[in-house]
Amino acid sequence: MTEGYNFAYLDEQTKRMIRRALLKAVAIPGHQIPFGGREMPLPYGWGTGGIQVTAAILGADDVLKVIDQGADDTTNAVSIRRFFARTAGVRATTRTAEASVIQTRHRIPEQTLREDQIMVYQVPLPEPLAKLEPSRTEARKMHALAEYGAMHVKLYEDITRYGHVSISYDYPVMVNGRHLMSPSPIPAFDNPKLHMSPALQLFGAGREKRLYAVPPWTSVRSLDFEDHPFRATRAPHACGLCGAADSYLDEVVTDDRGGRLFCCSDTDYCERRREAAAAR
Amino acid sequence: MAYVAVKGGERAIDSAHAWLAQARRGDQSVPEIGVAQIEGQLGRAVDRVMAEGSLYDRGLAALAVKQAQGDLIEAAFLLRAYRSTLPRLGSSLPLDTGAMRPLRRISAVFKDLPGGQMLGPTTDYTHRLLDFSLAAEGHPPAAPEAAAEHAPIPRVHDVLGEEGLIEPDGGGEAEPGDLTRQPLRFPAARDLRLQALARGDEGFLLSLGYSTQRGYGNNHPFVGEIRLGEVAIEIVPPELGFPIEIGDVIVTECQMINQFAGSKTMAPRFTRGYGLAFGQGERRAMAMALVDRGLRAEELGEDATAPAQDAEFVLSHCDNIEATGFVEHLKLPHYVDFQSELETLRRIRAEAEG
Repeated sequence: MTEGYNFAYLDEQTKRMIRRALLKAVAIPGHQIPFGGREMPLPYGWGTGGIQVTAAILGADDVLKVIDQGADDTTNAVSIRRFFARTAGVRATTRTAEASVIQTRHRIPEQTLREDQIMVYQVPLPEPLAKLEPSRTEARKMHALAEYGAMHVKLYEDITRYGHVSISYDYPVMVNGRHLMSPSPIPAFDNPKLHMSPALQLFGAGREKRLYAVPPWTSVRSLDFEDHPFRATRAPHACGLCGAADSYLDEVVTDDRGGRLFCCSDTDYCERRREAAAAR
Repeated sequence: MAYVAVKGGERAIDSAHAWLAQARRGDQSVPEIGVAQIEGQLGRAVDRVMAEGSLYDRGLAALAVKQAQGDLIEAAFLLRAYRSTLPRLGSSLPLDTGAMRPLRRISAVFKDLPGGQMLGPTTDYTHRLLDFSLAAEGHPPAAPEAAAEHAPIPRVHDVLGEEGLIEPDGGGEAEPGDLTRQPLRFPAARDLRLQALARGDEGFLLSLGYSTQRGYGNNHPFVGEIRLGEVAIEIVPPELGFPIEIGDVIVTECQMINQFAGSKTMAPRFTRGYGLAFGQGERRAMAMALVDRGLRAEELGEDATAPAQDAEFVLSHCDNIEATGFVEHLKLPHYVDFQSELETLRRIRAEAEG
C-alpha cells in the first residue's frame, strides 16, 4: 500500500461526508444529492465520482471488481483497480460472483447480482434533463415539480420522426415512480437490469459533484408509451467466442473487407461460459 | 500484498509511463532542467500554475511544471490533486493589500496620485522583438535601484471613496465559503464567485472579459489600480486571540472602476470589479475583475443577457481541470455506447428502406 495516504486515499472526514450523502441518496431513490466532491489524482471524466463512492464504502474485507465497457482488462479499469490496490490493498477479482463491490463504466454485468453486492456507477452527466434544459437551476425545479413532460415530448418526437425512440444509451428511467434519472451511459439493453435489482446501486458524478442511488428492490422503469413500449436491443448475433445469444455484444472489426466478430462485452460472462463449455 | 487481477492493459500502462518519463527527460546530452531554474526563470508559468492549482507554493508548482513537461493545465492538475489531501487548519484574516509594499503600482484613472505610478518589472513597453542575446547565456545588466519607501501606498479606491463616488469594500466579516469543500450551488454569493474565478482558466477568463468590452454585457471599465507585491498572511489562533503573521505571498490585485447609472434608492456612483491572482498575473487579475463585475449584473439591477453575466454558465465552465477532464475523457473507450448507436442507426435505416 502507498505510504502517507489514508486507507482508500480519502481522509475519514471526507468519507463520512460522502456516506452521509449516500444515505440521503438511498432515502430518496433517483434524486441527485450534491456532495463536496474532492479533487482526485485521476482526471475528471475518468471515474472520479465512482472512485470517491467506492473509496467511501470500501472495507478491508471487500473484494473489488472494476469494469469499463464490460471488460476488466480495459486500460481505465486496470488503472482504477490499481489505484485501490495501491491505496487500500483490497483483494481484486474479475469474477462477478466473487465481488462485493463492482465499479463500472457503461455496463451492468450479465450475471444477476445478489443482495450482498454493491454496484458503483461512474456518471459523466447526472442530470437526465441536461440535453433539454442546460441550466441545472431550472432542471432542479423541473425535478421538484416532477415536470417531466419535456422528456416525453422528446421521445414522442423521436417516434414521429424515426418510428421509435432513438436514444441508444443513457436511456432515461423513472425511479420509484417519482424521479427521472440518468442510468449513466449504459446501453439501453442494460436498463431492465436496474429494475428490482437485489443489489444496492450507487451512482457517483465527480465533476458535477452529485450522488444518487437506487436501493435494492426498487422499481426502475425506462420511459416509454403504452403503444410504444421500451425495447432493449442488441446486435442480432450470437457471441463468436462463447455462443451466447442473450448477452450484449461488442462489434470487433477484423479486416478492411467488412469482416466482423461479435463477442460478449462482459468478458467475465464470456469466460465463464467458455470454461463451462470446456468442462462439459 | 493482495492478489490483483492482471491483464494486458497493465503492462501497456507501465510501458507508456516509462516512455513518458524518457520523453520528459529529452536528449540526455543536454543538462536536465532543475526545479529551482523553473521557479526562478519561468516565474510566470509558476504563478499561473499556483493560481489555477489553487495552492501557493512556488517550489511545488515548479516541480509540477517540470513533471508536466511544461503543460500548465496538467501542472495545475497535479497541484490540485496534491492540495486535495492537505488538511484545512483555519482561515486567514482578509489580506490587507493597502499595506503592501508594491513592486509595481499603476493607475489608469489619475495621472499622479499618492504613492505615484511605479512600473515595476513589466513587459508593457518592451518591443516584442525576439532577443537573440538570450539564446547565448549571460548575465543581464544590473537594474538601477532607488531607495526603498516604507510608507504604505493608499489604494485608489480609498482616495475616491472619501467623496462617496464609489461603492465601499464589501463586508469581510463572515467566514467565506469554500467550493472545494461544499458543492457550488446557484445563486452563488460573491465570495464563492471570486473563489471560482481566482482558480479559473486564464484563457477562459480573458475571453469572457474581452467579450464584455466588445458589447456582450458592456460595463465601461477603467483600471482604477493594479498593484503587485508581497502581503502578509495573518491568522488569529484561538489560544492567542490576536493576529500573528504566518508568512508572505506575492499577489497581483486589480481594481476596476465601472459605471453605474443608479437606481430609485441609490445615487449614481462607480461600482467595482475585483481581481486577485497569486504571483505576477496581471492579465488574469484584470480579466477576473471584468468578469466579476459582469457577474454582478443581477445584484446591481442590470439586464443579464450576455454570457459573462450568467453566473451558472461562467462558474460551471471556468475550471480548466474539470473542463480538460471532461473534454479529454472522450478518448476513453466508448465502444459499448457506440455499438448501441450503430444498432439503432441500422434499425432505423432498415425500416426506412423496408
